[in-house]
Amino acid sequence: MLSQPEFLRLLFGRLTLDSIPYHEPILVATFAGVALGGMAVLAALTYFRLWGPLWRDWITSIDHKKIGVMYIVLGVIMLLRGFSDALMMRVQQAVSFGDAVGFFPPHHYDQLFSVHGVIMIFFVAMPFVTGLMNFVVPLQIGARDVAFPFLNNFSFWMTAGGAGLVMVSLFVGEFARTGWLAYPPLSGLAASPDVGVDYYIWSLQVAGVGTMLSGVNLIATIVKMRAPGMTMMRMPIFTWTALCTNALIVVAFPVLTAVLALLSLDRYVGTHFFTNDLGGNAMMYINLIWIWGHPEVYILILPIFGVFSEVVSTFSGKRLFGYASMVYATVVITILSYLVWLHHFFTMGSGASVNSFFGITTMIISIPTGAKIFNWLFTMYRGRIRFELPMLWTMGFMITFVIGGMTGVLLAVPPADFVLHNSLFLVAHFHNVIIGGVVFGAMAGITFWFPKAFGYRLDAFWGKCSFWFWLVGFYFAFMPLYVLGLMGVTRRLSHFDDPGLQIWFRLAAFGAALIALGIGSFIVQLVVSFLRREALRDITGDPWNGRTLEWSTASPPPAYNFAFTPVVHDNDAWSDMKRRGYSRPLDGFIPIHMPKNTAAGFVLAMLSTVCGFALIWHMWPLAAMSFAALIVSSIVHTFNYARDFHVPAEEVARTESARTLLLAGHV
Amino acid sequence: MSDPAAALATGAAGDGTAPRFHLPVEHHPENGTLLGFWLYLMSDCFIFACLFACYGVLGRHYAGGPTGAELFDLPIVAVNTSLLLLSSITYGFGVLEMQRGRKGPTLAWLALTGVLGAGFVGVELSEFAHLIAEGAGPQRSAFLSSFFTLVGTHGLHVSFGLLWLVTLMVQVGRLGLTQANRRRLMCLSMFWHFLDVVWIGVFTFVYLMGVLP
Repeated sequence: MLSQPEFLRLLFGRLTLDSIPYHEPILVATFAGVALGGMAVLAALTYFRLWGPLWRDWITSIDHKKIGVMYIVLGVIMLLRGFSDALMMRVQQAVSFGDAVGFFPPHHYDQLFSVHGVIMIFFVAMPFVTGLMNFVVPLQIGARDVAFPFLNNFSFWMTAGGAGLVMVSLFVGEFARTGWLAYPPLSGLAASPDVGVDYYIWSLQVAGVGTMLSGVNLIATIVKMRAPGMTMMRMPIFTWTALCTNALIVVAFPVLTAVLALLSLDRYVGTHFFTNDLGGNAMMYINLIWIWGHPEVYILILPIFGVFSEVVSTFSGKRLFGYASMVYATVVITILSYLVWLHHFFTMGSGASVNSFFGITTMIISIPTGAKIFNWLFTMYRGRIRFELPMLWTMGFMITFVIGGMTGVLLAVPPADFVLHNSLFLVAHFHNVIIGGVVFGAMAGITFWFPKAFGYRLDAFWGKCSFWFWLVGFYFAFMPLYVLGLMGVTRRLSHFDDPGLQIWFRLAAFGAALIALGIGSFIVQLVVSFLRREALRDITGDPWNGRTLEWSTASPPPAYNFAFTPVVHDNDAWSDMKRRGYSRPLDGFIPIHMPKNTAAGFVLAMLSTVCGFALIWHMWPLAAMSFAALIVSSIVHTFNYARDFHVPAEEVARTESARTLLLAGHV
Repeated sequence: MSDPAAALATGAAGDGTAPRFHLPVEHHPENGTLLGFWLYLMSDCFIFACLFACYGVLGRHYAGGPTGAELFDLPIVAVNTSLLLLSSITYGFGVLEMQRGRKGPTLAWLALTGVLGAGFVGVELSEFAHLIAEGAGPQRSAFLSSFFTLVGTHGLHVSFGLLWLVTLMVQVGRLGLTQANRRRLMCLSMFWHFLDVVWIGVFTFVYLMGVLP
């Protein structure tokens, strides 16, 4: 028989009461806030009897539109968390000079920058782009759903499960103190024996599987499910960029899975892949993780380029300038993105030839990217530009991203990189392209497609507030970091001695406060738009005079997307249809074949998350049980052959005639 | 777009009237399962590529411990290799029977495939147990870490393949060679042959080259 402490240790592994950080007032206050907020949400769900609809219409939904919306919601929630970490870092660096130590000890501060990076890349930027692709791509290609609807639901819940693990690390144990890529030997067992790195590993493993599967899913969707007549060179640019991005996901994410698995073997089994002794090689980790990491940058930015292409041509009222060159530029970037990873560590000492090769490939990438910028500019040239919100974000992007791109080319020069490596110049550069590119693009995409998803536009006033706060805030927050970086200040420091630097950090903190107002305005915009939804209502389904197929159906679209599968004759299919006098079919509806909702994706993803949690804390019995349950439930799920149904023709007719009435009343 | 409905819709454009912008009949896009499964296999291939790369870098980092030449017992590995290659052939016969629509023989070939696969996993496990007992476990050196991980990951894939095979045999037994089951059998077939190809890489790169001085 085991004694009681031994039994508890078997059951709970490393988890004890001491793992709960109740002695840290900042965390306790945060926990109280989260707990109160969470209870309020649960109470509201119960009071308004929303549990059933939540389960039936959202959690188990395999509708690509709802999954897309859930991705975006996840991204927004995680943005709030990731940004509050950023604010704390800015405050710390603004005050922690000389004798003042600031608010966060190094132990805590190191977690802040690690978790900030992980959340912003994996659980904000990724959900934003995956959500946009999920929502928009099937609509743009005239499909009813994605190729594997169940897998889509599973992918989302895996991403959400990974995000959940990161959130749990705030209150149970701690997160990695290693930076967002967890380089060994710092992330090895000797230097990081606690649970932080294990949280890092398992949250990314769980989320990474989801991302990889959603990549497979969207490629199969785009390749196999396009409407008749939509040849590859008639696909909307956003769909093209989605195709390239998902190709990158399928070849890059397995590398992340593999390298994290190797790190976990080092930590759990005692192997010697990345250790300092017995033949291990830590640089191999750094190579492998950047073989994933650099394509990841393009996984984020390519779909965003697609968003801007759609926005620019819509709001300039013109066909996109240089469609074919845009496609080729996207494909060239896709290929080149796999040939530049070493520029993240020129200082490794690979020698002049290797560094020159990677420096040159990096500089070459700026050529197709530059071509894209000119395509957008020439699309605007002589267009009738409407300065609606998505267009504002796009113009903010074009200016900001070009600056970020140019500092990127500076960093691509190996000798310059030796000076700037790991400095705040680098930090400023990648925030310049990620905020100026991915965040502005996600905001453009969200405001552009919001009326399609919910049937009403977003309020323009608060949107403009958000845009200007973000734009000005960005420049205040990151231009000082360029200056500091050129002065030689390195990244990830929680304390400074030279008081001459302080003014730049205060400027940066001011910029972060402006960005906070920008995020606040966005939240207010959502609330105000919801309250004013009748005034902002879009009856036509085409509020922006759009050009691609998603605008040809209702806002929000019916579950089956299109009553009849559209037939495409030209690029910008919907524009073409409008020009040639398309009229909506009013009769002759047929039953529509649709996939059925299922809880399997949610259940499997939650079991994976529990298994990850158990592995983090070395709760072996729970880990074994949840893993076994995972296998058994997957097998049980394969015995379900009844995965689809037909929407009866009468129901389609009812839905469509309701829309006909609405349209008639509108005109 | 090969489907006749598309021809029907676009054909209307030729006779001078306005083109048709929708399909009046149900659209049947091609099934994407096999393509999707191919994509998954290619991504899995990248996992193996990483493990091969690690073995390439670390494969001679013996850290004063035993080398491949001292550890590998090529005759046993040859037997093991033939078990796996044979199992690919028997799966192929199973697919031929599936295409003839004969359930019994399909199941029999699948069962034989499973036996050969289980034999492969069994031999591999005994090889692992033998190495660990000799003190040449994955913790001994970076060479052994990368060896156990590469070979073990392959073995883990074969084991999952076996689990899948059994599940699929039950499903074919209960429901017969329906369209869904045929599709699943083709997916498992690709998976099984893929593991074969990977093993040829492992055999050559790890075992044959590992015993070279």
